[in-house]
Amino acid sequence: MTTALILLPLGGGLVVWLLPWTRFWAGSFALLVSLAEVGLWIETLIRFDFARPGLQLDARASWFGDLGISYHVGLYGFSLWLIGMSVTVMAASIAYAFWTGRERARAYFGLQLFLTGAVVGVFAAQDLLLFYAFFEAMLIPLYVLVGVWGGAGRLGATLKFVIYTMAGSLLMLAAVIVLGVHQGSFDLVDTGTSGNTWIFLGFVAAFAVKAPLFPFHGWLPDAYREAPPEVSAVLSGVVSKAAVYGLLRIAIAKFPGPTHDVRVPILVFAAIGLVYGSLVAFRAPDVRGVIAYSSLAQMGLIVLGLFAGNSLGFDGAILQSVNHGLLSATLFLLAGGIERRAATGELSRLGGMARGRPVLATLLMTTGIIALAVPGSTAFAGEFLILAGVFQQGWVWAVIGAGAIVLAAIYMLRLISAVLHREVGPAVSDSALDLRPAELGFLVPLVACLLALSAWPAAISERSFAHGATFRVGWTSYAPIRNVP
Amino acid sequence: MISKPHVDWFAISPELVLLGVAALALFVAVLVPRWLRKALAAFLCAGGFLGAFVAAGILYGRSAHGHPVVADAIVRDRFGALGMLIVAGCGLLAVFISYREPVRNGHDAEYYALLAAAGAGMAFFVTANNLMTIFLSLEWFSICLYVLCAIDVDLVGSLEAGLKYLVVGSFGSAVLLFGSALVYGATGKLGLDRIGATVSAQGLSRDVLLLAGLAMIITGLGFKSSSAPFHMWTPDVYEGSPTPVTAFMSAATKTVALVVALRVLVSAFPQEAHLWTVAVAAIACASLAIGNLAALVQRNVKRILAYSSVSHAGFMLIAVAAHNQSGARALLYYLVPYSAMSLGAFAVVAARERELGRAVTLDNLAGMGWERPLLGVAMFTFMLGFAGFPLTGGFFGKFLVFSAAVDRGWTWLVIVGVAATAVSLYYYLGVVRALYMRTGAELQLAPAGGAPPREALLQTAVLGCLAVTVASFFAVQPLVDLAKHAGRALPL
Repeated sequence: MTTALILLPLGGGLVVWLLPWTRFWAGSFALLVSLAEVGLWIETLIRFDFARPGLQLDARASWFGDLGISYHVGLYGFSLWLIGMSVTVMAASIAYAFWTGRERARAYFGLQLFLTGAVVGVFAAQDLLLFYAFFEAMLIPLYVLVGVWGGAGRLGATLKFVIYTMAGSLLMLAAVIVLGVHQGSFDLVDTGTSGNTWIFLGFVAAFAVKAPLFPFHGWLPDAYREAPPEVSAVLSGVVSKAAVYGLLRIAIAKFPGPTHDVRVPILVFAAIGLVYGSLVAFRAPDVRGVIAYSSLAQMGLIVLGLFAGNSLGFDGAILQSVNHGLLSATLFLLAGGIERRAATGELSRLGGMARGRPVLATLLMTTGIIALAVPGSTAFAGEFLILAGVFQQGWVWAVIGAGAIVLAAIYMLRLISAVLHREVGPAVSDSALDLRPAELGFLVPLVACLLALSAWPAAISERSFAHGATFRVGWTSYAPIRNVP
Repeated sequence: MISKPHVDWFAISPELVLLGVAALALFVAVLVPRWLRKALAAFLCAGGFLGAFVAAGILYGRSAHGHPVVADAIVRDRFGALGMLIVAGCGLLAVFISYREPVRNGHDAEYYALLAAAGAGMAFFVTANNLMTIFLSLEWFSICLYVLCAIDVDLVGSLEAGLKYLVVGSFGSAVLLFGSALVYGATGKLGLDRIGATVSAQGLSRDVLLLAGLAMIITGLGFKSSSAPFHMWTPDVYEGSPTPVTAFMSAATKTVALVVALRVLVSAFPQEAHLWTVAVAAIACASLAIGNLAALVQRNVKRILAYSSVSHAGFMLIAVAAHNQSGARALLYYLVPYSAMSLGAFAVVAARERELGRAVTLDNLAGMGWERPLLGVAMFTFMLGFAGFPLTGGFFGKFLVFSAAVDRGWTWLVIVGVAATAVSLYYYLGVVRALYMRTGAELQLAPAGGAPPREALLQTAVLGCLAVTVASFFAVQPLVDLAKHAGRALPL
């Protein structure tokens, strides 16, 4: 089942690459495959038993027996939710690209499907080396997607992106090798924990770049601005969650000692990122800049939750990861729509778009309100859990977090008012239409997911970690125990 | 009366096949009508390499217990057989890449004769078991390569490349010969294992003569494997030679030089391991540093690949320096995807060169990925493989090399390797950027005239290289088994 989830998009990608289809057929086939992937995920969700702890729907095959490397995939509750969010966002992104009609469609859609497979692989991998392979395999399509279909400054942006990411990944590779060779196996389930702080930091470096976490976010503004909007949506919504998964599944689960020792510095960086990202988002001159820096802030918040070290924090981090994935994808796709209409994303040249465009106004408003974590929204639930969790580490963190949420309200409201309200901006012409039905086709499902989660956030927060120990080894001292006061 | 040694003909069958083919090709050059020469010679040469490949494969299967043969001049073992397999594979692909290469003065048949003869010399080299046969076979294939580099005397730079290679290569050979003489002087033995035995029996491990000889042997083999600081000839020769020759040299010569370096060092000088491992590690670091940094500023794709080959010599020397079974396994595994990627990358360059009629730079590579999808995707994969990305064998190559260094306890070498990989990304991705992210229209290409030539053979070769590069990632276990069994033939 899990293998099918990985192979379906990879196979679809190959088909798109190899068959001499026109743009229309390549795009519609890719969309079909991505929707089938969502269907397959729903089937997986039905088969998944949330009450049972441990790995489920796993598959294992020998790959490189000498070093104890195997193809080992399987799902935990939280990986299932992350996969669900990813396949939904990928489908929306592919639909957006199909609708805008990307050049060189076969290459483009093949890469998108390949990326989908790699992302699902990252969330399912239960072998360190397999995880690394999928983690790197994600980078290849992203590099091309930004580098070929990006904006004017794409070459510089991709270079920065790749160099940052690879610097982190290579440190992780060294860590993987040292850890795996010493343990004699690369399996994540069978092996024990390690107390080596250096190896731990090697992993954290890779994930901190990918997330990104302050101060490793140098690549973020360029990449998010230069990428095509749907690729930015994937980058910030999906790819950054690979870092969350890695931190949770490898860094925290495999290194309980170092996690405990290095917790405070990581919390400090996460808190700085949260506040700094929020402040810069407030000052950002364009739509995508606001979303990009708010992503940085949100990743800081999620890492606060992860390193709170208790079940509230973990639950909140997973819920917030799903929320942020859906939110930032929706916002980036909306930003793409706005940029198509106004030919610019600069806030100073936008404004007054609500008048005569009720659908756009409604969707942007709804998403924005959820993003600023208004009580009752799913983002509020996630942030509340995180803050409650991190409060147990010290009230300071919760105060910083709460303060940053106020900042989030400020920058989101600024974004909404700068785009929708105020006087009509010079770049907004009357001929710019409201959202088309096709655009609603990929935006409304995303917003609907957000609203559904707002109604029932416990669907995720109570089903990410089964009762008792989630991992057979190395989780005991951090086992997400229910009913934490 | 000189007593005739018993000859194990089967052990030298790959060489014999290739030599026979070389001789036949020479006959073709004079006896066959002009229009048929090229096709027939190429066919013979390809058949020879295929035959050598099969023979080496059978030899691998039937040489589980390595033993010296032919008066101990060569050794029949899986280590040598695997080396021959790689050389024969490279040769076969090189024939495919060469076929459409315009050789202006009609010396096509001679070209293939020399290629086959070089292959035979290399096959002999990897099985050589004493210092004399090592030197002889080294000269044997080097002389063929000198001529091959300069075969197109009309081509700007080809003659110069041949001459440069001749001078520097002869210097390297001379150093190797001098080193061998010193070792012989110190121990009175030529056989590799005998040298080791004599050194330990007579306690010679601190003998100045022996150590000077060891240093010179390392230097001589360093020249052939183009590792820094003995790499000076590499970029010029790679750039100037006809591209198919460069492809063959970069893959096969490096393979045999590294394989023989490992064999000589571990069989003849195990007592001095504490010295030579450090020396080899230093050479590896120098190669990684110089190769990667120099490649950053190149515009000519062949020069980039030349410096990249220097840096890969560095990676593979890490495996030699590890001086353990996992090092031998890592080296032999690494050579397979490396040879495929190197041959393939030069093949793509050759295709572009024929299309444009001039040297390929990053600028006139622009947009090629979209114009020639197969070659573009292949080049993309080779670059990712060189950079050690997963989904290519280059990843497991680096992985095994680094784990060999960890086994040895030299984590610092892993750090150096990782840093070098990070630097190398810049220029490997630079090639990808040129292929896909700039369009040809930006650069006012001089059109070559008409559609690009259809080169089924070259594309087959590229496809083969691509298949090996990718398959060596997914089928890593069977390949590593081959490498492991081969590595067991060495006294490690």
